Amino acid sequence: MSRITGTLRKAVFPILAVITALLFGAVVIILTDFKNLALIGTDPAAGIGGAVGGVINGYGAMLTGAFGDPARIGTALRTMTPADIATAIRPITETLVATTPLIFVGLAVAISFRAGMFNIGGDGQVMMGGMGATLAAFVLQNQVPGFVILIVAIIVGALFGAFWGFIAGFLKARTGAHEVITTIMLNYIAAQVVFFALRSPTLRQPGSTAPVSKNMQSFVDVPLIINLPAIRLDYSFIVALIMAAVVSWLLFKTTKGFELRASGFNMTAARYAGMSAGGSMMLAMALSGGLAGMAGSFLAVGTVGQLSLDLAGGIGFNAIALALLAGLRPGGVVLAALLFGALTNGGKLMGIQSGVPFDLLFFIMALVIMFVAAPGLIRTIWRIKVSKPAPELALTQQPVASE
Amino acid sequence: MRLELRDITKRFPGVLANDKISISADRGKVLGLLGENGAGKTTLMNILSGLYKPDSGQIFIDGEERVFGDPAAAINAGVGMVHQHFMLVPVFDVVEAVALGSEPVSGPLGAFNRGAARKRILELSAQYKLEVNPDARIESLPVGVRQRVEILKALYRHSDILVLDEPSAVLTPYETEELFTIIRSLKETGTTIIFITHKLNEVLEVADDIVVLRRGRIAGQADPKTATRQELANLMVGRDVELIVPKGPAKPGNVVLAVKDLHVRDDRLEMAVKGIDLDVRAGEIVAIAGVQGNGQTELVEAITGLRTIDSGEMTIGGEHVEKASPREVSDLGVAHIPEDRGRDGLIAYMSIAENYILDTYHRAPYSKRGIFDLKAVKAGAEKGVKDFDIRTPSIETYAASLSGGNQQKVVVAREFSVPVQLVIAAQPTRGLDVGSIEYIHRRIIEQRDAGAAILIVSTELDEVLAVGDRIAVMFDGKIVGVLEGDDATYENLGLLMGGADSGAAPSTPPGTGVAA
Repeated sequence: MSRITGTLRKAVFPILAVITALLFGAVVIILTDFKNLALIGTDPAAGIGGAVGGVINGYGAMLTGAFGDPARIGTALRTMTPADIATAIRPITETLVATTPLIFVGLAVAISFRAGMFNIGGDGQVMMGGMGATLAAFVLQNQVPGFVILIVAIIVGALFGAFWGFIAGFLKARTGAHEVITTIMLNYIAAQVVFFALRSPTLRQPGSTAPVSKNMQSFVDVPLIINLPAIRLDYSFIVALIMAAVVSWLLFKTTKGFELRASGFNMTAARYAGMSAGGSMMLAMALSGGLAGMAGSFLAVGTVGQLSLDLAGGIGFNAIALALLAGLRPGGVVLAALLFGALTNGGKLMGIQSGVPFDLLFFIMALVIMFVAAPGLIRTIWRIKVSKPAPELALTQQPVASE
Repeated sequence: MRLELRDITKRFPGVLANDKISISADRGKVLGLLGENGAGKTTLMNILSGLYKPDSGQIFIDGEERVFGDPAAAINAGVGMVHQHFMLVPVFDVVEAVALGSEPVSGPLGAFNRGAARKRILELSAQYKLEVNPDARIESLPVGVRQRVEILKALYRHSDILVLDEPSAVLTPYETEELFTIIRSLKETGTTIIFITHKLNEVLEVADDIVVLRRGRIAGQADPKTATRQELANLMVGRDVELIVPKGPAKPGNVVLAVKDLHVRDDRLEMAVKGIDLDVRAGEIVAIAGVQGNGQTELVEAITGLRTIDSGEMTIGGEHVEKASPREVSDLGVAHIPEDRGRDGLIAYMSIAENYILDTYHRAPYSKRGIFDLKAVKAGAEKGVKDFDIRTPSIETYAASLSGGNQQKVVVAREFSVPVQLVIAAQPTRGLDVGSIEYIHRRIIEQRDAGAAILIVSTELDEVLAVGDRIAVMFDGKIVGVLEGDDATYENLGLLMGGADSGAAPSTPPGTGVAA
């Protein structure tokens, strides 16, 4: 029986959720390990040993895949050749590549949820952002230097995303249309708009049957942080970290952020205090869409290098989960995105190396989300006795006072 | 039946909610249990009704010890609860609502025998003089009648001991009188009643014995025949309190708030304010009395810019505010203490500091060009906490974790943190205890003496009589009478609130929903 208080509890619950999910994942690895399960009847020790070994192999491969292989890091430190260094740091940089869009969209979700707007339209806003950036890039191609194209493309992409988010905010503020419904529907519309845009000769990859745009890497790209062979980590990661700081500053140090949070907690009280609830809705959704649009821009112009229909790939939904895991705190979003990035990236190696299926990752991620959403479950599993804020109450009132 | 609680102790983390409490009530007697919020009244009753288990102590009914593991055991032992918030299904009719959970059944399939239930309800209704139309839908009944249904529900389950938790909180003065009549007739038939309240008049009027609780202990016992309101109040609070904050005569100055022929619609677009003329002058307190739901809420929302008006004129300090936004009204120097502090006045999961600047955050010194000066916010909030004696461990504490009285102090401290020419206070002391009421009244009177015009809207006659220099009574969207503070009494205000013309005899107020 442990008793955990206030601030600590905020971090403890997400961490326990992750640990619990990994433990459940281990059970599933064992239960699907038919070879060793079959052994239990004839040679229990070998069977159990084999099954546990499977878990260790699987999770070990996941760690190696996500953060790097100690042996290779050792080699790199000895030889210091670019090729060896690249091999050693590739896993961690790939994890950060996977993390970057998750940070942007996680922040997008956090800012909208803080304002009481449930933005489920991350995917659509990412798509629109990617389309805006791609259009801008091709319009400016051969007109201005590459870095100007890059900056304009990112800004245009962010604006496209912001506009897409703003539509849902505007509809809610003016007509009361619920943003959950409108943002989901706007996801479908965005996909169709992008599909349509990809039919235009300006964008369409000549000769391709798939709806993808021409490649942009020949004339615009996001500069790499580390210039080594096969390392893809670019400066969008740094921009994502800066955005986390900006969102944090906006939410907690500015009056606009105060209005967003106040409206999100209690719209009536915000209105009584003279704030414009509709304005907060529209602003929050535009900012949210802008951040998601930025993710789409960097994906299209940088990491992927072209616009395609699977640019977003469900990131909007993963971002909801990680934003909730982060307790809607910008710093937490960065950490949670790192976790999801590491799971996704590490999971690939787990699938290749240890025979534990890659799909188990989705299983674990789903469990993490479920446990985060149900703190009661975590409390029960870990037998945590939550101490109510009794010290605060005791000064003035009993927790179970009349009325 | 005779009820006795002996040495009941109940501890919650960090709090001793009940400390060796012993009370008893004889058959056919009313025990008044008086105490401020947080005194431990509700904990005690939750123990009696089987919701909580006491850490130690015993419960005796007719001398026999009973242990209640759950609410069903308490009901079986004959203890019935009438909660402050009614537990009735709104779309049921009275028969269904009363029988729910102990329905008489007939036939092999166990069909609900409505006839039997209806017959028994009519019998009970006649026996205890609880007039109710058994076929009326719950949601169509006024609160006073819903309460009767709750009482019937307890009697239907053969309760001989009835616990009434703050039963008058939701009732009009007239309905409260009717409740007391019901309590007296229940007494005559031998029902034992535990009457929980924080209202002094009521225990004095209806109880046979009074026990005062304070901070989980018995602070004293009193005989309603000899005790005075003042003695009871002092026992409740533990110090000498002023039930009526002394104030000098008003010195009315210029008209600050002028309302002419105002019409306002409610959320269902029905006309709720039907032509109101009202002037409030600097240095006076105008109190608007009236039963909840007679257009007061809409009137306040219209003046403060929260609700679009239908027609009419409104000026504050000479400025027209018919189309002003809440912020524009607030910027004219208008303090607004909203009627529901939890919903309208505070953001529960924001800190006290953030709540303290909730409607001034956009001004210096708290922010400049949209960016907070967190030092100024901290200094402001700390000053507010100090000036208004807000009991909190820190300004970073969530508003939700404060007691009602301290929450209201946060609202009042915020509203009075900038100079004001007009104060609009709706139900400023609703649900607060005697000590907090005294404090809030004192602060409002200070504002009046400093030259502000004050408009108080209240459903509590005690409050209206205590602070109003002039008292206007609102009924059905109109002001039906204005009395000078000195001329107003419970009687003439009560009549006006029920819709009678000044001086006319009382008739049955409309809409009591009673079947003939």
